[in-house]
Amino acid sequence: MSNHLIIAPIVLPLLVAALQLLIGERRRRTVVLLSIASCIALVGVAVALLLAASQQGSEATMTAVYRIGDWPARFGIVLVLDRLSALMVLLTAVLALAILPYALAPWRHRGGHFQPLLQFLLMGLNGAFLTGDLFNLFVFFEVLLAASYGLALQGSGARRVSAGLHYIAVNLTASMLFLLGVSLIFGVTGTLNMAALAELIPIVPERTRALLHAGAALLGVAFLIKTAMWPLGFWLPRTYAASTPAVAAMFALMTKVGIYVLLRLSLLLFGDSAGTASRHFGSDWMLWGGVATVATGIVGMLGARDLGKLAGYNVVISAGTLLGAVGLHQPAVTAGALAYLVISTLGIAAFFLVAGLLASDGDEETDDTLNLEPYDPGGDDSKSDALFAAEDESRVVISAPVAMLGLSFFACAILLAGLPPLSGFLAKFALLAPMLDAAPRLGARVLFTLIIVAGLSTVIALCRAGIQIFWAEPERPFAQVRLSEIGSILILLGLCLLLTVVVEGPLRYLGDAARQIHASAGYIHGVLPVAEVAP
Amino acid sequence: MELVLAAAIGVLVASGVWLLLRPRTFQVIIGLTLISYAVNLFIFSIGGLRTGADPVLHEVAGDIGQYTDPLPQALVLTAIVIGFATTALFLVVLLASRGLTGNDHVDGEDGTP
Repeated sequence: MSNHLIIAPIVLPLLVAALQLLIGERRRRTVVLLSIASCIALVGVAVALLLAASQQGSEATMTAVYRIGDWPARFGIVLVLDRLSALMVLLTAVLALAILPYALAPWRHRGGHFQPLLQFLLMGLNGAFLTGDLFNLFVFFEVLLAASYGLALQGSGARRVSAGLHYIAVNLTASMLFLLGVSLIFGVTGTLNMAALAELIPIVPERTRALLHAGAALLGVAFLIKTAMWPLGFWLPRTYAASTPAVAAMFALMTKVGIYVLLRLSLLLFGDSAGTASRHFGSDWMLWGGVATVATGIVGMLGARDLGKLAGYNVVISAGTLLGAVGLHQPAVTAGALAYLVISTLGIAAFFLVAGLLASDGDEETDDTLNLEPYDPGGDDSKSDALFAAEDESRVVISAPVAMLGLSFFACAILLAGLPPLSGFLAKFALLAPMLDAAPRLGARVLFTLIIVAGLSTVIALCRAGIQIFWAEPERPFAQVRLSEIGSILILLGLCLLLTVVVEGPLRYLGDAARQIHASAGYIHGVLPVAEVAP
Repeated sequence: MELVLAAAIGVLVASGVWLLLRPRTFQVIIGLTLISYAVNLFIFSIGGLRTGADPVLHEVAGDIGQYTDPLPQALVLTAIVIGFATTALFLVVLLASRGLTGNDHVDGEDGTP
């Protein structure tokens, strides 16, 4: 494999986006073709990278390193490819390719420059997954955030702009915290290379260790804001519910970037080999923060009044679950968490798309999400009588697109709740089973219980929504569904189905990935060749 | 020197946070700008402060110990550019929000009718 392939996921979207901007919005067909070609190429590159990463030897002391400008790792910026980053790059590319058909359908509220912004977002995401340098990570975060601001505002309207305003303000503040954390860490250690940092942290003098921890904590807060940990995540459901479905589906990956960085940095910098003073620094915070986040997500989901918010709180629950799992620092749990990350990203993305299709019949200018009726356990008798009467009079004929939507909704619900037989169950099982075995900590038990409760409340919330949408109002006019729109959903759900059948290979890969990131020495020696390692 | 710089950064951050929590969009953007100034100063000071020293070279050329650390300067430059760009973008969204909702409250609706 040519080593230059590692930088392709960053350079390719950048070039395509620049070209698309030059071509301009007028020649839409060319722009769209470029996007499709770029996404297909990205999937190809990501698969090649994944295969290359999976051949890195079973114990994985090797990591493929790309030195930008061929500067030695200590001075220059490196891109690092290991199993985890290859997995994330592949997930990004697949998700982008899957939502493209949906985004091609003409929207009611069109926004400008969707395709170039999407490419810039891909560039930022891939860069954040591949980089091995903290400041470079900041730059890629800003690239992906700037693109996401544009995407969140797609379609305009007062509700979107107001939600976007909050989103941007929160993220700008988080970026400031990011910079403060990075500069504190640089001040203490004199390097921003992640591998060099991991090597230096055990031997940092005691009097500056507190400063280092403060810097790491600030950095952590910046990522936790992106991950939407309670109480830093109140911006998320509103923003996601307000964005257009295709964008919200892509944003399902955005919280996972925060999770990825937390996973990578906490294991690399504060893993088992970080010395007694810094070992597992912050892991309790992540564990209990994850617990609180899952709890918030449950409450929010049960109270959600429209499908967009419901999906948003699902993102919160999955982020909290992952955060807690990262905080446990167990290789087996991490492997399960990676499986859950993949499935929940695909499932939530599909759910956002389904929600968008179900809601797209509204005529209001600004409020085009589907509102659910307030929950009323006593029931409104007159209403239900009318309902039965209506049902008796006219036999409900289910048309093919509605049946398709219903099935997709059902599949999403099963995936998100983690019920058998779909892959959501397998992923949740892979996450929960080792959690009981290996972790006698109180937090692990609380998290375990809450994840089960979250599954139950997902079932309740989605049942309620599904009954109201598909059964209770037979005369609800469904919007016309285009083949390309349902195609996107089918791709995403099909992938989840595929992962239900083909389990062993991916799970083995994820287990290897988890072992690889838990063995931080492999990463350090991969990035810094032995000759360069300080005595 | 250290005390003055620390106080300056502290005052900037304090004012920035105060403004950030205000209800008007213009106050929010000024708050963000102040915080970003403070952060830039902070990054700059990470390289260490020296009073009355030569800018780059001392008498003997080639002694690495006489150079100031160039990395914080590179970092602060990047941070300034990115901060400036995102602030400009925020300004555009702020104007769009003002145009769409008719007031400059961050929630798009004024508490006092």
